[in-house]
Amino acid sequence: MKTKDKMKKLPTGTQEYLELRLYVAGQTPKSLTAFSNLKKICEDNLKGQYSIEIIDLLENPQLAQGDQIFAIPTLVRKVPLPIRKIIGDLSDKEKVLVGLDIRTNQKKMKQKSKINEQKSKNQS
Amino acid sequence: MITSSKRKKNIKNIFEKLEKSKTGIVGLDEVTLGGLPKGRPTLVCGGAGSGKTMLALEFLIRGATEFNEPGVFIAFEETIEDLTKNVASLGFDLKDLIAKKKLYIDYVRIERSEIEETGDYDLEGLFVRIEHAVNQVGAKRIALDTVESLFSGLSSIAILRAELRRLFGWLKEKGLTAIITGEKGDNTFTRQSLEEYVSDCVILLDHRINDQISTRRIRIVKYRGTVHGTNEYPFLIDEDGISVLPISSLQLDHTVSRKRVSSGLESLDEMLGGKGYYIGSTILVSGTAGTGKTSIAAHFALTACKRGERVLFFTFEESADQVMRNMKTIGIDFEPYVKKGLLHFKSSRPSVFGLEMHLVVMHKLINKFKPNIVILDPMSNLFSVGNPFEINSMLTRLIDFLKSNHITALFTDLRTNKESSEGVTSLADIWIIIRTKIENNEREKRVYVRKARGIAHSMQEKKLLISKKGVEILTPKAL
Repeated sequence: MKTKDKMKKLPTGTQEYLELRLYVAGQTPKSLTAFSNLKKICEDNLKGQYSIEIIDLLENPQLAQGDQIFAIPTLVRKVPLPIRKIIGDLSDKEKVLVGLDIRTNQKKMKQKSKINEQKSKNQS
Repeated sequence: MITSSKRKKNIKNIFEKLEKSKTGIVGLDEVTLGGLPKGRPTLVCGGAGSGKTMLALEFLIRGATEFNEPGVFIAFEETIEDLTKNVASLGFDLKDLIAKKKLYIDYVRIERSEIEETGDYDLEGLFVRIEHAVNQVGAKRIALDTVESLFSGLSSIAILRAELRRLFGWLKEKGLTAIITGEKGDNTFTRQSLEEYVSDCVILLDHRINDQISTRRIRIVKYRGTVHGTNEYPFLIDEDGISVLPISSLQLDHTVSRKRVSSGLESLDEMLGGKGYYIGSTILVSGTAGTGKTSIAAHFALTACKRGERVLFFTFEESADQVMRNMKTIGIDFEPYVKKGLLHFKSSRPSVFGLEMHLVVMHKLINKFKPNIVILDPMSNLFSVGNPFEINSMLTRLIDFLKSNHITALFTDLRTNKESSEGVTSLADIWIIIRTKIENNEREKRVYVRKARGIAHSMQEKKLLISKKGVEILTPKAL
């Protein structure tokens, strides 16, 4: 029963639409890494359910104040509320998913990664 | 000869190289011999509530208003609203300065619960914000209060340390005169050892409580490439902001006056070679309770007022009103002079604050009122708030200050033992002693001049009478 309820609440594909902002300061290696990591995570888990806006603070320094940015790169989830922030080059997928509060796909990811792990074990 | 003159030149060069930026904070520029290192960061550290934020903010406000140097305040702890409210009570209008583009405040909020960290990052965002703020007002000064807040919000200490080092270097490159505040650590000046990065000038603030009396103190721990006062100096935060008292920088090199001024009593003048006190000298009037010390002080004050001079009267025992009422009974009416603004009473209980704070308050009031004469009645009441060593050093400072300003000072001294020397007597130029003598079952007051530097004074002990007409000094027939 319980599992069924959960499935009802969060069926796959009904993930809320995410509005993301990635703050960078010029095209530094860290920023580029962060962007490619983010793109991949979103494509794998949120296909069609997200938008990414990149804000370069070198061009628009006045925008840093509004979202209280001090570290670079910083990923901000503007929608849905509450606002969440992730600092760094987003190299830890799990942390990014937790940080963005993407629950449904997290399970899938875990299953996937388990399968992958088994596969790789079998291969070796 | 040649070598010594060369050396002098070298020393001169060193001082010329080191440019300083005046803070505009009363006394601090004297203690630092000219202000903070220009274009370089200064670390201001101290415990909670020691006045770090106040110092940083006043440095910017004074810079903007007095030296035409706009400033940026990066607040990590308080919002702009809080800061504005906090300093409004001190008479500073931040909103006005912000509107005039003389001050820019950016509040950097760091909330650990909102932040997740993954992978490598830097503080370029903070750099961008600071640069943006600096460009907005064309800032020459900046304050970061308290940059250590970053450590509570972010977990990677290695990144933070590297970035702060880069930040301080960058501030230097920009030529900004900066104040960086830091919370005092257990064994270090700041919790995160910021002093390792900011090494040009380190200032320590302290808020101490001894015998339930609090005193704020400031000390220049380090000031690279320049001489500076090394002592602890008491400071005060009041409606005019911060005042530091550079007490021990005074030397014994003040010029003295050859002019004399009447003591207010002809008979007493006569005892002092017929001319009274030297202008700018220090007079100590000692005596047991009820011998007329205040009355002698009052005569001096009244005569000065009649000449049109300004008198500042500190009382530590009675309220101004009580002094005025009592003096009226012996024919001394202060009221018209108080109304004219020639005479000012300042009454306070000795225990309201520490000795040094009394000194700061007196110092401030004297600078403001610019009196010819200062009276402390009774000075000995201050002894209840300090140990003899402190009292001695405080009075030395006060007397030095008064003398260098050519202010004649009269201190009354209530003594319980007949001649218990408090070390104060050596500081006084004139020492008048009043004592009571029992003769034919009657108490008589006797007065004599114990010492009077540079004056051929009377060696006689005379009779002192207090009546409706005031104080009279008579030569006793019996003697």
